[in-house]
This record gives sequence, structure tokens and C-alpha cells, in this order.
Amino acid sequence: MIRDITIGQYYPTDSVIHRLDPRTKLVWTLAYIFSLFLFRSFASYAVATILLITVIKISKVPFKFMVKGMKAVVILLLITVAFNLFLIPGTTLVQIWKLRITYEGLNTAVFMALRLTYLIIGSSVMTLTTTPNQLTDGMEKGLAPLNKIHVPVHDVAMMMSIALRFIPILLEETDKIMKAQMARGADFETGNLITKAKNMIPLLVPLFISAFRRANDLAMAMEARGYYGGEGRTKMRPLVYQKNDRIAYIILPLYLMAMFAAKKIVGV
Amino acid sequence: MSIKLEHINYVYGAGTAYEKHALKDINLEIPDGQFVGIIGHTGSGKSTLIQHLNGLIKATSGEIYYNGENIYADGYSMKELRSHVGLVFQYPEYQLFESDVLSDVCFGPKNLGLPEEEVKARSLEALHQVGLKEKHYDKSPFDLSGGQKRRVAIAGILAMHPEVLILDEPTAGLDPKGRDDILDQIQKLHKEQGITVILVSHSMEDVAKYVDRIIVMDHGCMKFDGEPKKVFEHYKELESIGLAAPQVTYVMQTLKEKGFDVDVHAITIEEAKQSILHAFGMEDRRVNHD
Amino acid sequence: MKSIINIKKLIHDYQKYNEDGQVESTYRAVDEVSLDVQPGQFIAILGHNGSGKSTLAKHLNAILLPTEGSVYVDGKDTRDEEKIREIRQTAGMVFQNPDNQIIGTVVDEDVAFGPENMGVPSEEIEKRVEEGLKTVEMWEYRSHSPNKLSGGQKQRVAIAGVVAMHPKCIVLDEPTAMLDPVGRREVIRAARKLNKEEHVTIILITHYMEEVTFADQVIVMDQGKILMQGTPKEVFSRVEELKEHRLDVPQVTMLAHELRKSGLNIPEGILTREELIGELVKLKTTGATEGGAICP
Repeated sequence: MIRDITIGQYYPTDSVIHRLDPRTKLVWTLAYIFSLFLFRSFASYAVATILLITVIKISKVPFKFMVKGMKAVVILLLITVAFNLFLIPGTTLVQIWKLRITYEGLNTAVFMALRLTYLIIGSSVMTLTTTPNQLTDGMEKGLAPLNKIHVPVHDVAMMMSIALRFIPILLEETDKIMKAQMARGADFETGNLITKAKNMIPLLVPLFISAFRRANDLAMAMEARGYYGGEGRTKMRPLVYQKNDRIAYIILPLYLMAMFAAKKIVGV
Repeated sequence: MSIKLEHINYVYGAGTAYEKHALKDINLEIPDGQFVGIIGHTGSGKSTLIQHLNGLIKATSGEIYYNGENIYADGYSMKELRSHVGLVFQYPEYQLFESDVLSDVCFGPKNLGLPEEEVKARSLEALHQVGLKEKHYDKSPFDLSGGQKRRVAIAGILAMHPEVLILDEPTAGLDPKGRDDILDQIQKLHKEQGITVILVSHSMEDVAKYVDRIIVMDHGCMKFDGEPKKVFEHYKELESIGLAAPQVTYVMQTLKEKGFDVDVHAITIEEAKQSILHAFGMEDRRVNHD
Repeated sequence: MKSIINIKKLIHDYQKYNEDGQVESTYRAVDEVSLDVQPGQFIAILGHNGSGKSTLAKHLNAILLPTEGSVYVDGKDTRDEEKIREIRQTAGMVFQNPDNQIIGTVVDEDVAFGPENMGVPSEEIEKRVEEGLKTVEMWEYRSHSPNKLSGGQKQRVAIAGVVAMHPKCIVLDEPTAMLDPVGRREVIRAARKLNKEEHVTIILITHYMEEVTFADQVIVMDQGKILMQGTPKEVFSRVEELKEHRLDVPQVTMLAHELRKSGLNIPEGILTREELIGELVKLKTTGATEGGAICP
């Protein structure tokens, strides 16, 4: 079913990772991605792998949910790997007909694949253990200093959390309208690009109308519940750093140092 | 000539945390010209079932025959099936997209590849059948009332000349007047054109008034299948699965328990009235109170 | 007692603008309606789509403002811009479409939305959320995603969201129109409970007649005006008039009415199965044909 798509899909369970402050998780995810680009060596990647596996274990989220996000990029991944594998010049390892695989190509391809995979799984750990609202709360509070230079942080965060709530609803609606038009003999599959685009009109017009109607309803409902923007609002669960967050922040430089040391000492 | 389902099972999200057995071994035959009601609470599988009938959902296992032909056979045209088995979705007004009513109704027949005059003739006929006044034909569908929009959407299916018309909750969200208008139009179509009608609803009162046969769905199974009278005999079981028989059924059952000689099979107000009057030894003689 | 809602000769016009931004036509949705509601009452407003009942409802929360006339909520004029926040806290509102009024991605986060807007301290919000969800019997779903709930459950979450704002009055604008019978029962039960146990004034807008048989007062609207007003018994005694306006009458009321018309001595305005059966049993023991039980 279309509604089971994983975008921003939170996996509800109780773990240390789930209970971490979203700001901690955001900072960690960014640092993790950053480290993958900065320390390009097999030894460092071994450290990154150990960390990733440990965190997944602690988070109690089944591994198959982690790799779910990979499905969407698997083609992109294969293309990137293929390009790197065959097109980078250097010392030839194998040659089949006109396709030449070089040592440099293989090296880059492997790193690319690992980097992309870890990047996606790493960010999945964050989205699977953090509700979209916590995430936007984290961003709102984390980016609050930007308010001083007139960046509407609260409004952007509110928009994001509303978008996250309505994406599954609109996807389901798309599915419904599509079926309804198919029942009227519509065809969304055959034809060239232009016909296909034209055939989308019966789908897009009702979808836009419905989105506007929902937006209108929602605005009214928010107003009725006393929403006037971020000013004067309180939070049910204000973000406060706990003991575990402090521990996480202590581990972070240790991890980065380990990555650095692994690269320096082992060298590959 | 009929729709026949043999051992239909439908499982979605197989192998994931969301796996659900939405239909379980459904065996069903709907002969030509019947007016069938399908009842069940939300999530009982009734909407999934009707989407099988025009091939929008393919069963995980089992076979469906339309007029004796297996719709899952190689080379069977789903597009043609959908022109014979018309399906009107819940809140069908949300599928309207054209700038005027008539063009919107033309969408279906146009997709069948009919010549332009034929498309227009069918669409006008369909709009007439649903009882929409001519002055609305060149209006934008979005300027119409909820009930009118819904009729336009139904006309959009009728213009395809279906032999079977399936309606998923055609009265949801309408007021009593809009509801009666739509149901009366559908009944008229059934009587005058001999169309097979399958009506999905959760209102027992509506269904009891119109249909020849009721199918009750619960947790993906067919719980009851029969004449309304017979099905409502199980009013206690119906209640346990979140449904209810018409109020009249309860009244008649309780009266019977209290020793009245009434017909417990009465399901409409008229039938109940006659039966109660009879129990009091009176025939229907209208007395003016004023 | 001070009335919680006081409406005087309210008129509401909708204006349709042409492309130049000028008024092309006006449509009068509410036409000189006056209404007075006492605290703790359960009021039901019935009528067709387009009868003006939803427009009227939106005035009670200052979402719409009067074209003419006045609306006072707990003594505060809705036209007074400085009082709008207070008015919206006094009169909470639940809308028709359950999907389009839930803001949070988790049930308890949604219920917290109102109190957060009001600036309630954090610990107090937690308390109110718990209380609100328990009132509508949705506490065990507090960490669910609203997308996985049934329609009736979503509407109850929406009610909890309003309850958490501690309003004196809740306006429910066709909360059951998109629900199945089970969902409808759940929502009505929650509204009745709030009225009985918390003494919250309830204004229920609906077109299902059988949902309002227990209301303190029923108001029937038609073409922007109040057509009938009274206790359910009084209103449902006027079966012929209701039928003329093509409004629904509960099946039992209808059956009782038909039996009465055919000569059985049954009073008008029967609302429940028990009442009807009681009357029929009484008739049987006294004898329907003997003793002049038949109407002349």
C-alpha cells in the first residue's frame, strides 16, 4: 500500500537512541556524514562500520527497516559505481573487450558505494528513531539563533512538520484518484512522454484542488485552536539535554579522533 | 451472464510489518439484474472486494469470471472489463477535473475510443439519467453543490454504458435530501435499464429499502449472504461485528418477545406498520386527526 | 444565569467577487438568527447542507464575523479583536473532516497543540493531554500516528485537542458526517460524556436526527433561518413538517407517527424504541379496540 512508504517513517520503540535529544542526533548525523567524506581510508571506514552497527543494535530497530531507504537509490548507486569503475583512468586491472577496470576506478567505486550506503543508513537511523515533530523541534531550537538575523525558523519548522503529516495522506489520495480515473478508462502507463504528461491532468487537477481544500481546512482548524505563530508558545516537552546527550557529545570527538587515527596509522 | 468469484484471497504488504489478509476465500456469484447491498464496517474488506470486480486490484489467489470469461486469462482486456463493470468510488466528486460538467462526463466514453458524436450523445443521456438539470451542463463542476457534483461523477460512469454499476458509499456525507435523491435515481436506473447494481453502504436502513440481497463482510470474510429479511434475523450477530439491523427490526423482535403476534421479518416502516396494526386486529384505515 | 452564547439578529452574507475584485453577488447564509444558550446545555442544530448551520457555527469561534447583528461568547463580543484569543479558548471547535484538523504527527503531540498556543506551562500541558485523551478514551493510543487511526478515533483525538484547552463550550460542526456507524456512536458518546460529567456546553451540528434525541434543545435551520426550536419531543412531534422540508425523522418516531395516523392511540414525539414498545404494551393491556383507545 502506498501509505506505507518510509518517508519520515518513525519506528516506535523505546531505546537509548530514541530518547536522545533530536539536536544530539542531528549533530551526530551531520558529523558522521562529514567524517565519511573527510577520512577516506579503509581503516577509518572500518571504524565507521563498527559505530553504525553498534548504534543500530542499541536502537532496537530491525535491520530491514534500515535498508528500506536503500531501495530508492539502488539504481543511482549502480550507475555511480559503473561510471567510476569503467571511466577512471589508471593502472589496468582487468580488460574485457573495450571495458577497462583500473585500480583507481575500483577504489573510487568501492568508496562511493560505501559512502552512499552509510550516508543513507546513517540518516535512516535518525529518522527511524526520531518522530518528525521532534526533528523539526530539534531544528527549530538548534537554529533559533538564526531568528536574530530574521530567518523565520519557527514558521519553517511548522511548515515542515505539516508537510510531513500530509505527505502520506496526499499519497493515499493520489492512489485513490488514480484508481477512480482508471475505472473511467484512463491510461497512465502507455504512450510517449508528452501523451503521458497529458494523461496526468485528470490526476493532477483533482489532487491540487484537494490539497488546497485541505490547506484551507487546516488553516481554519489551527486558527480555531489559537495558533498565531511561534510567539508566546510553550512546549509540552521542551528540549532539555539529559545525561545521555552529554555522553553522546563526549563520544563524538572520540569517534572523530578514532577515524583520524585509523587513517594515519593504517594508511589505507 | 454474471460475475463469479472463486476462492478469492487478497493479501497486501506480504512479508512486511503491515501484512494484512484483506480478503479470505471469497466465493460469490452475482447474476444479471440483481440489486445487491454489501455491508461491513470500515476495514471489513468491502472496498477491496469491489475493486477486484473491475480488475483494479488483482487477487493474490483465486479466479474471477465475468460472463464466463476468466479476467485473469492472458490477453483479457481490463480496459474493456472496466467499461462493462462501472465503479463509482467513495466521494467521487473529488475526481472531477474538467472545466465544465459535460466535458467531465465525456472523459469515460472518450477513453473507450468512441466517435465524438456518440461520446456526446452518451454523456447527455447519462446526465439526464442522473437527473441533473440542463442549465448546469456548461458550468464548472466546482460551482455545483455536493450532491450535484456526485451526480456528475456517477454520470461519468453511466456514460460508459456499464452492465454492472458498483457504488461505494454513494451517500456518504450527503444530507437526507441528497441521499434520498441519489438512491432513488439509482433504483430507477436499476428498474428501467435492468442494470445490475452493487451498493456498498454502512447504512442498514438505506440498504433494506432498496436491495434484493445483502452480503455482510467482516474481517475479510463473507459473514452473511441472503435476502435482507433473512440477514436481519441475525441482528444480534450483526451488532457484535459493529453493524446494526434497521431500528424497526429491533422493535419487531422486542414486540415478539413481549408476546405480540407480529412479523419479525418486517424491515421497512410500512411493513412494520401493517404487521403491528394486524396484531392489534386493525387494518390500515387512515384517520384524520385534524 | 449569564448565557454562554448570545446571538442577536445575526446576518451573514457571503460575497462573490468578479475578476475586477468587485462584488458580483451576495448570498445570505444566515438571516436574522437570534439564539441564547445557557451554560451546561446540549444544543443540537439540524438542517440541510446550505441551511446556514455551519456558517452559524463558525461565528461562535470568531472564525467568521457578523455582517449585521452581534454574537457574544461568554459575554465577549466576537467583533472585539482583542478578545479573539479568549473567545477561541472559551468556545472550542471540532470540524467535519478528521484528517484536515489534526496537526501533530503523533496523537499526544496533536492534543498538546492548543495548550501550547495558549502558553500553558509544560507540566500542566502533560496533565491536560492525559486528561483530554482519557476523557475520549484514547489514552492508550497516545503515541500512535493519527494516520493509522479510524475516522471515529481521529475525531475523538480532535475533541481531546479541544478539551485540553479547557473550553466552557465546544462546537462540533458535523463531526460525524464522514464516519461509519461505529465511529458516529463513539463521537456522540464522547460529546455526551463531556456535557454530563464536565458540564461543558455542547453545540452539535449534524444532519443525523437519531443523534440528537437526548439534546436539551433542538434547532432546525432552513435557508438561513430558524425553522423550529424546542425539546426533541416538541420538534419530532412535527413529523409532517419535517418531512415537508425533507429532513430525516428517526425510524422509530416515523413508525410511531404512522401507527398513530392509522388509529392507534400513541402520543406524538416518540423518540426511542423503549418508548414505542412501552406505549404498545400499555395499549395491549388496556385493549386497543376496547375502552376507546383508538383515536376518534
